Amino acid sequence: MNTTSKMGLWRRTLNARTASLYLLPSILLFSVFVFYPMFRTIYLSFYLTDQAGNAAVNVGFENYSYLLQSSEFINSMKATGLFVLYTVPIGITIALLLALLANEKLKGIGFFRTIYSSTMGVSVAASSVIWLFLFHPSIGMFNRVLSAINLPQVQWLLDPEWALLSVSISTIWMNTGFCFLILLGGLQNIDEHLYESARIDGAGYFHRLRRITIPMLSPTLFFIVTISLINAFQSFGQIDILTKGGPSQSTNLIVYSIYREAFINYQFGTASAQAVFLFLIILIVTILQFKLVEKKVHYQ
Amino acid sequence: MTMSLPKKVGFYFLLIFTSLIIFFPVMYAFLISFMTGPEIMQGKFFPSSLQLDNYIKVFDRLPLLKYLTNSFIVSAGVMVGQLIVCSLAAYAFVFLPFRGSNFVFYLFISTMMIPWEATMIPNFFIIQKLDWLNTYQGLTLPFFALAFGTFLLRQHFKTIPKELHEASKIAGLSSFAFFWRVILPVSKTSLVTLGAYGFLTTWNMYLWPLLITTNDSVRTVQIGLKQLQSQETATEWGVVMAGVIVVIIPTLLLLFIGQKQLQKGLSQGALK
Repeated sequence: MNTTSKMGLWRRTLNARTASLYLLPSILLFSVFVFYPMFRTIYLSFYLTDQAGNAAVNVGFENYSYLLQSSEFINSMKATGLFVLYTVPIGITIALLLALLANEKLKGIGFFRTIYSSTMGVSVAASSVIWLFLFHPSIGMFNRVLSAINLPQVQWLLDPEWALLSVSISTIWMNTGFCFLILLGGLQNIDEHLYESARIDGAGYFHRLRRITIPMLSPTLFFIVTISLINAFQSFGQIDILTKGGPSQSTNLIVYSIYREAFINYQFGTASAQAVFLFLIILIVTILQFKLVEKKVHYQ
Repeated sequence: MTMSLPKKVGFYFLLIFTSLIIFFPVMYAFLISFMTGPEIMQGKFFPSSLQLDNYIKVFDRLPLLKYLTNSFIVSAGVMVGQLIVCSLAAYAFVFLPFRGSNFVFYLFISTMMIPWEATMIPNFFIIQKLDWLNTYQGLTLPFFALAFGTFLLRQHFKTIPKELHEASKIAGLSSFAFFWRVILPVSKTSLVTLGAYGFLTTWNMYLWPLLITTNDSVRTVQIGLKQLQSQETATEWGVVMAGVIVVIIPTLLLLFIGQKQLQKGLSQGALK
């Protein structure tokens, strides 16, 4: 009796035991490279550290209160917020317009789709180098055009007033390809019949856009808004190549600030506290997105 | 339903106009890569001749071939690793229901809310302690497990009829044989999507290789670009742009070939 129930248990857990073998690689890797480091980051944020990144002195919340009083950090948060505000809405609008254009059934449309998505194939490092040249004060394209039409030149990346905007412009370009590809995919998933019946009713292009396309596209839009927000908060490569956080820290976005604090200044405690802020921001963005938008999103 | 001619012309005009704007930076970089220093200074738009001096120079200045090989090994490594690790996990979620499966699933979801940059400091020290700085495993292993990839494949596996599973059991196929010989072959499209996505994102990765490569041995091409740009910008933009073109050609080609597939696969994985 005892043995059969044991056998039963053994058999009943067969799936769980097999499944755990299949899940083991993922769980192991997530534990080592995601969960443990996240807890370690939170732990380090309460400590002063030595140069090798070991916790040395427990300082409680001092790293946090230091950051909240540091004008440098406040400035970095402001720049990050502005950067997100500049890049996400405009970037998605542009990608949406391109996707609507590329969704028309015209001859040779595949070529245009490829061109629109091409920026996804250009790495952040490569695009940053290209834009660095476009923004070049004397031989760059933009200033040549400005002087050709007799407008005053702009010190794109060297002027604190302009630098963040310039970085944002190049970032919008970099993200266009990916946003476009996702939105086009969403548009193509919309059922053709919806348009047929609207056409019979005599609805015009913009009426159809507002009444059918946008509502039916809302799950995709919801997805791309979330991803774009998260991506924007994580931007690093363009800052490192275009401005190095300058001039006068006007483009010192949060990830660049963490990088500098940790790997240039060796202040792993305060860097970790900044990383916790980044984590919280992304957590809040994700949760807010789900709470606010999900109710209004139309799922097929 | 066909469009009227003026409408068609309007659409083509918009398509061409926007394409020119979007493709301009890449096109311009391509043209610059053939120009001599004086030509660039004069602000010419078209090079006077298609001379390859800048390309010869860039391979001379940097161990670019080595960087390209490194990038290729790292990207292919992450791609294969992700395909194996993610498909195993996705298979367990779909075909091996067990108590607590939901909990594990939410654990996977939660990793998507942890930005990778928030964990990079401890990760750097983990790699350092393992003595994996400047190694391929240090560049690849941390990225093998991927929640997004697991979901993408899970969505596809769900569409496979359950009867197939029953039939394979009756035929006496082991769980792994079913996974390897039945599930993977019928999921080729999703695997290709995830593979292309993994290759592309790894090829373009910047911050992690910047942190853990301190010499040329496994340095990737993206960091090579940074090096090139900081060495050369003062005078030789042509050489820098030649480097840029060499670096973006593999991913642009991949994208041109797989654009349709990628768009379908990604938008489906994202939504269901």
